Amino acid sequence: MRLSEDDSHALAGAPAAPTYLEDGTTVMSWLNTRDHKRVGVMFLVSVILFFFLGGLFALLIRFKLLQPGPFFLDALGYNRMFTLHGVVMIFLFLIPSIPSAFGNFVLPLMLGARDVAFPRLNLFSYYLYLAGAVLAILAMIQGGADTGWTFYTPYSSTTATQVLPVLLGVFILGFSSILTGLNFIVTVHTLRAPGLSWMRLPLFVWGIYGTSIIQVLATPVIGITVLIVAVERVGGFGLFDPARGGDPVLFQHMFWFYSHPAVYIMVLPGMGVISETVAAFSRKNPFGYKAIAMSSLGIAFVGFFTWGHHMFVAGQSTFNAGAFGILSMFVGVFTAIKVFNWVGTMYRGAISFKTPFAYICGFLYFIVFGGMTGVALATTSLDIHWHDTYFVVAHFHFIMVGASVMAFLAALHYWFPKMFGRMYPEGWGLVAASLIILGFNATFIPQFLLGNFGMPRRYYQYPEHFQALNVASTAGATLLGFGFLIILIYMTIALRYGQRSEANPWGSKGFEWLTASPPPTHNFDEIPTITQMPHDYRTHEPPGVIRVA
Amino acid sequence: MNEVLRRLLFLPDQASTFARDVDRLHYFVIITTFIMSTAVGLTAIFFFVRYRRRSETQTTPHIEPALWMEALFVGTPLIFFTLWFFLGFREFVRQQTPPSDSMDVYVMGKKWMWKFAYPDGPNSINVLRVPAGRNVRLLMTSRDVIHSFYVPEFRIKQDVLPGRYTQTWFNATMPGRYQILCAEYCGAGHSIMRGEVIVLKPQEYENWLAFQHRGLVATQDAQPTALDFAPPLGNMVDQGRRIAAEQGCLKCHTTDGTRHIGPTWLDLYLRRERLNDGSIVVADEAYLTESMMDPALKVVEGFQPVMPSFQGKLAGPEVAALVEYIKSLQSDAVRIGPSEGPAYAPIRGR
Amino acid sequence: MSPEAASLPEGILAHHFASLERQNEAMRLGMWLFLATEILLFAGLFTGYSVYRFEFPLAFAECSRHLSLTAGTVNTIVLITSSFTVALSIHFARTDQRRAAVVCLALTILLALGFLGIKAIEYTAHFREHALPGKYYAFEEVKIPGAAMFYTLYFMMTGLHGLHVVAGMSVLTWLLWRTNQGRYSSRYYTGLELGGLYWHLVDLVWIFLYPLLYLI
Repeated sequence: MRLSEDDSHALAGAPAAPTYLEDGTTVMSWLNTRDHKRVGVMFLVSVILFFFLGGLFALLIRFKLLQPGPFFLDALGYNRMFTLHGVVMIFLFLIPSIPSAFGNFVLPLMLGARDVAFPRLNLFSYYLYLAGAVLAILAMIQGGADTGWTFYTPYSSTTATQVLPVLLGVFILGFSSILTGLNFIVTVHTLRAPGLSWMRLPLFVWGIYGTSIIQVLATPVIGITVLIVAVERVGGFGLFDPARGGDPVLFQHMFWFYSHPAVYIMVLPGMGVISETVAAFSRKNPFGYKAIAMSSLGIAFVGFFTWGHHMFVAGQSTFNAGAFGILSMFVGVFTAIKVFNWVGTMYRGAISFKTPFAYICGFLYFIVFGGMTGVALATTSLDIHWHDTYFVVAHFHFIMVGASVMAFLAALHYWFPKMFGRMYPEGWGLVAASLIILGFNATFIPQFLLGNFGMPRRYYQYPEHFQALNVASTAGATLLGFGFLIILIYMTIALRYGQRSEANPWGSKGFEWLTASPPPTHNFDEIPTITQMPHDYRTHEPPGVIRVA
Repeated sequence: MNEVLRRLLFLPDQASTFARDVDRLHYFVIITTFIMSTAVGLTAIFFFVRYRRRSETQTTPHIEPALWMEALFVGTPLIFFTLWFFLGFREFVRQQTPPSDSMDVYVMGKKWMWKFAYPDGPNSINVLRVPAGRNVRLLMTSRDVIHSFYVPEFRIKQDVLPGRYTQTWFNATMPGRYQILCAEYCGAGHSIMRGEVIVLKPQEYENWLAFQHRGLVATQDAQPTALDFAPPLGNMVDQGRRIAAEQGCLKCHTTDGTRHIGPTWLDLYLRRERLNDGSIVVADEAYLTESMMDPALKVVEGFQPVMPSFQGKLAGPEVAALVEYIKSLQSDAVRIGPSEGPAYAPIRGR
Repeated sequence: MSPEAASLPEGILAHHFASLERQNEAMRLGMWLFLATEILLFAGLFTGYSVYRFEFPLAFAECSRHLSLTAGTVNTIVLITSSFTVALSIHFARTDQRRAAVVCLALTILLALGFLGIKAIEYTAHFREHALPGKYYAFEEVKIPGAAMFYTLYFMMTGLHGLHVVAGMSVLTWLLWRTNQGRYSSRYYTGLELGGLYWHLVDLVWIFLYPLLYLI
């Protein structure tokens, strides 16, 4: 290949190829890059920014809820706040977080590829994300929408707030998500290194692959759904408007057909991260590799047939409720398989308790509790009491924050040296991790109880007997906020002043560590040949060989 | 046991036949969840302590789970989850199927209040009176957006949709007062869209019903419950009703359409009235307010100018409450909107 | 570099693909996935159609009878022919007959224009009759509940399809320009092939719209 021709004389003792960070330092060299690693880093910075924005909204919501009566915000302001919190966290943070940021960076490295299949499309996907974000911000400046992120009709087609730009933003973000997913599927199919058979794929790749299938197949449906609502607002077409013979429940079906699988877009990559890190820090091969890999696909598949469990009390037939109920149980079974295998991976391993491992522990606890409360919610008769109460809010925050964000943080700490060639401060890392896990429990366990107690979600004012639990939850949220802030501070410092790390500081045998840290522009001078399963710690040999001509 | 767990889990009182059964399943599910998450957590901690990394160059054996182990991993959750499902679904079907001897109450939700109408009796706003120990079926629809009828103590909830009817039922066991909450987000007043179920002893309920049927409009529901927690928005109508009773409005104006000393208030709002001088006036808010302050100015044809002025007797908010009350008196209290009528025939006996 | 790749014009084989076959395979897979998303985009509207057809069978049948069957049928023939010409142009490109390929592409674009023209005539008629969606519906001849819903779906489905026709035409114009430059030949014609695939999808969607809206 071209590269090897140029480099053949330079191999002996010549300075190493420039890392992707050094290859062009102008702003344009970033904005116009085709390098999947730079696109990944740009996504990472953007999603972190939006995470803190969404977090700020969350804290404002919690602050208002200190008092049962009107306080700090008015009703409309409060409603806008939780809508923005939902929209920002779901569409601008969670959906792109692990796939677009870490997936982009790590997936080609794991496959032994020089880039994703369509690098230009990849950059375009980032700009679509930015465009969607700009529309969402525009809506915020104009006053924001007050529909909740679920946009239920006919409320969303009649309310006077700025729903339209938010809907268009969601539509565009959907396209960004589709293109990322499409790119990853094609990359996994066509750019695997020699020796990297399907049954040797790293588990993170399996997670991302399952995610991408959902992104490609489910996202167009939300696209058309929000378009119909937009047309309805502008033109009064009445497809979901009961006054014109339309059916508002049809909206819910179409909305959840995307938005339930979207939950797995958010959590499957996180499960992939945990599968990688638990093996790396236990220094053990993944227990039940096939079971973990196949359950990712199982979740992606069954996830398409469970949407009706959001509508047990929305007026669908009893038969539907039963069918969706039992199908939802299977997702629980698939998740349970993963959990048992993760714990099994630790068996007879060599565990080192670094910051990512703290997040793994948090993740395991949160996903078991969050997952099982999810199965409990799918138990139809119990859902009647819990539906749309704080119990649901606590359940999905256990999955979205407890599982996905913990995995995001584990990934951030695990791959930080890979991405930037520097280490984060271990001590501060553990402090922040304990603060976050503690604060998280303090925030959301009271919310489970609030839900039992009967407090519906999206309540601006609430009866006074709910106050004590609300205050507890707000206190926990403050702690949680501090935890995240500490990470932001030490990571920013470590970017510049962190201790230089080795190429493989964890001694990990994941394939992404086969190249230098940070990797050179085209990842590998020569494509490696994979010789082992990922994370095989029986020997110290690297998992692949790089033949030098 | 039941009581301890109920308090521990912050569950509200069990005030319907359904509540007790649901809670039993609830305890089972939560206890399994706790046992499972603790077991996973303890195993992880044990492995962590037992298999700490001893040297930086340590290698580990390659371990694959045996088939029986994978079967166990799949089987255990599958058995538990299907068990939960079947127990839960049995209850769910029961909850979705109202018994044939239920008494019906029509419910209409709108931003941001609840209206209740008994097929053969009175209407009421935000207050639902039912007898204890009797099956009550609610036939519900919404006038604007989606609402959800939720009574935590009964463990029932059902979305209320515009353009179609949904139903739910309950059998209240304990006389008392229980809050109705709206559980589907419906706008600025969502969190104050609250009402109250008053469960009466059967005899008291009969008395109340008989009282309503006596047709004495002046005393009809003359002392509505003070809704200490009820919202100002929904409450305005109820306040209006109370003020109307206190100020004696109902001595001359009926609310059921019959002619009395003054024009009836039923359907008065936005009615085109012909006046004594032959002109037409639309009974909007302005006209209603004006008529309270200066009743002799525009008298409806066929009535005598006998009404006293209430200038200075009614405060601003009280006038507003009265107007709201009059606005709420629409004869098609439940059947508004595009739908053709109840989707369910009333079920009385067999 | 393999000899086969070396003989290609500059910039066709991207640096991260080992061979041209691999790259073609990737491009085809990507296109098929994209087509899948397009079908799911329409699937939302098809779902809406089935739900409301079930709810208002009479109105849908009646409204369907008021659409111009001739216009629909002619448009179907026009689109199928255009699919044929685009397939021909790929055939000519891979057998190195550049002029014929260009002519076929130009024909395809003309046929697409013809389709849009006929659609525009139909739309004008609807506007004149006030057979319009939702709250604008004031068609004198059909006054059954649900008629407005039919026109809502009719306009959304054909409108979205029309947008796809326009997008397809832009793609074809770009391909025409590149074919004329001699970019596609027996050695490399994947780009043209993918454009053709997209056009077949546009055609395929219409094949479903035509019976749903005009025939049944």
